[in-house]
Amino acid sequence: MKTKHIDTPSILYLNGVSVSFDGFKALNSLSLFLEPGELRAIIGPNGAGKTTMMDVITGKTRPDEGEVVFNRDLDLTRYDEAAISNLGIGRKFQKPTVIESLTVFENLELAMAGGRGVFQSLWHALTASQSERIREVLELVDLTERRDVLAGSLSHGQKQWLEIGMLLIQDPEVLLIDEPAAGMTDVETEKTAELFKRLAKKHTLVVVEHDMEFIRALNCKVTVLHEGRVLAEGSLEQVQSNQEVIDVYLGR
Amino acid sequence: MPKRQPLIFKLVSDRSSRIFLSVLAVVTVLVPLCNLVFPEGSALHVSTYTVTLLGKYLCYALLALAVDLIWGYCGILSLGHGAFFALGGYAMGMYLMRQIGERGVYGHPVLPDFMVFLNWQELPWFWYGFDSFPFAMLMVILVPGILAFLFGWLAFRSRVTGVYLSIITQALTYALMLAFFRNDMGFGGNNGLTDFKDILGYSVQADSTRAVLFIMSAVALALGYLICQAIVKSKLGRVLVGVRDAESRTRFLGYRVEHYKLFVFTVSAVLAGIAGALYVPQVGIINPGEFSPINSIEIIIWVAVGGRGTLYGAVVGAVLVNYGKTYFTGAFPELWLFLLGGLFVVTTLYLPKGVVGLFDRWKKQTDTGAGSPPPPDPADESQARPTKAGAA
Ligand SMILES: Nc1ncnc2c1ncn2[C@@H]1O[C@H](COP(=O)(O)OP(=O)(O)O)[C@@H](O)[C@H]1O
Ligand SMILES: [Mg+2]
Repeated sequence: MKTKHIDTPSILYLNGVSVSFDGFKALNSLSLFLEPGELRAIIGPNGAGKTTMMDVITGKTRPDEGEVVFNRDLDLTRYDEAAISNLGIGRKFQKPTVIESLTVFENLELAMAGGRGVFQSLWHALTASQSERIREVLELVDLTERRDVLAGSLSHGQKQWLEIGMLLIQDPEVLLIDEPAAGMTDVETEKTAELFKRLAKKHTLVVVEHDMEFIRALNCKVTVLHEGRVLAEGSLEQVQSNQEVIDVYLGR
Repeated sequence: MPKRQPLIFKLVSDRSSRIFLSVLAVVTVLVPLCNLVFPEGSALHVSTYTVTLLGKYLCYALLALAVDLIWGYCGILSLGHGAFFALGGYAMGMYLMRQIGERGVYGHPVLPDFMVFLNWQELPWFWYGFDSFPFAMLMVILVPGILAFLFGWLAFRSRVTGVYLSIITQALTYALMLAFFRNDMGFGGNNGLTDFKDILGYSVQADSTRAVLFIMSAVALALGYLICQAIVKSKLGRVLVGVRDAESRTRFLGYRVEHYKLFVFTVSAVLAGIAGALYVPQVGIINPGEFSPINSIEIIIWVAVGGRGTLYGAVVGAVLVNYGKTYFTGAFPELWLFLLGGLFVVTTLYLPKGVVGLFDRWKKQTDTGAGSPPPPDPADESQARPTKAGAA
């Protein structure tokens, strides 16, 4: 094993990751380093490779080269989606995906940490503390009143929140969140930013977003991706004044 | 927390389950009773022909139930379930053949007629043990179960889904049909297995045997229903719905989707095999035609017409469509296939929740019972990457 020696503690570490689709490099030697409890925003033009990066971290796409290391020594490229999820990396998709014909409550029940095996599911019964936990998360994502409606009948913004709730209830160490503010009203966007800031202390959050107001509200370190690699990194002010960033992304 | 109820009460806690099981219980008691107790000519008499016909419908209903479990709840559109039904049927048929003994046309003590006809000298190894009823019943479960397990293991592990999965299930049943057509396979070729004499020592023709077979079919249907109900009402059932509606979401929640699919697919194949085993002594024959792809497609139509994802809807659909088939193939045989196709189109276009969806709509006007949710269009990133919107 060629594990790099790193002095600062890292929760998630990507080094020289490349992915190509039919010769097209969606990720081009991408490196990224996240500290535990960090809140990180990722921005970049469409097609920059933001979603592909999440695909690589969560085991959906295998990188052609490079390392993806979780918790200092776990090589994520060797696990599949289910295993990575159970290791403690939760993911919200770009398009909100909740299970539409289950209720809000049932969606959270499925997401809750616990046995994932077929027979464990067959004999599963909710304990009082689990119900309590669901109640807490419902409160947190503001869906208490909608707990018994089908997830399919929620508004777009509420689906986003439900999906975030489904991540939270798994209590993952790392949350990868792809474009959470899409389709949200201004009020919802503001509330979402607040929520993320609160969560960041206990979890590590990676948020991909286009909405600059939202990024500003997050008030955190920003990474700019372009053509599959990191173009700039720093505070929002720093990256906004970076000439390269202005040229390829912000200036247009 | 609500207090713990015994499992069985939970399974029948909804109104449709209670109605369905009550109707089934009444039919199970009345039909054999009217057949055996009231003499022919009496207004209350039910003919043996009708008993057998209804028994056949019950087997189809169990088969439809098996398909609804995987298609309605987990989104696995199997177009090859007739194969598991036929395999169960063949296992039962082999037992029935060996019960014929010396009473065959050639009077051979061990070999079935078709083997004597082919000049075979001894029983092939895979016929061993089928003279024993318990062994044969074990095979009714194991053969479809193991085949489904192996097939599912290969297919689901390689993430074959959607129309590709449907096509390979169809190929499976087609391949089995061709194999069973061959004389040298040792299953009676073209003619299949027939001329059965008795089962457990009772004549398969006797009214009382017919009545018992009818009752057994009804009991199997009820048990099958309870098993499916136990599955779909557990958290396992909700995981299945998750797989159906948003497969990759479920995967990213940490569920091994392929294990879940494999489990229900195997359970479903076993139920189909049991249905086939009960069917064969009632119709008196099993031949390779049972493997024909069109049979498997018909099952899908029964479930669609009844209403998928409800379990009892599959039963209603199987009985209705087969009643229609019995009637039309008698009255206007050349029209039946057109009707069946038309039925499927009309259901898909106008009755997405099937006949039971109509009940539900009508019931909602009287009360507000929560019907089961319809399967929505798959909203799943793994099937279609979202088109990118926003700044560019
Ligand atoms: N499965 C795939 N097959 C082919 N091309 C892909 C696939 N996934 C992503 N791409 C391409 O890779 C590039 C990066 O896409 P993506 O990561 O979705 O960008 P972003 O999320 O930053 O908008 C795009 O050009 C996209 O078309
Ligand atoms: Mg994206």
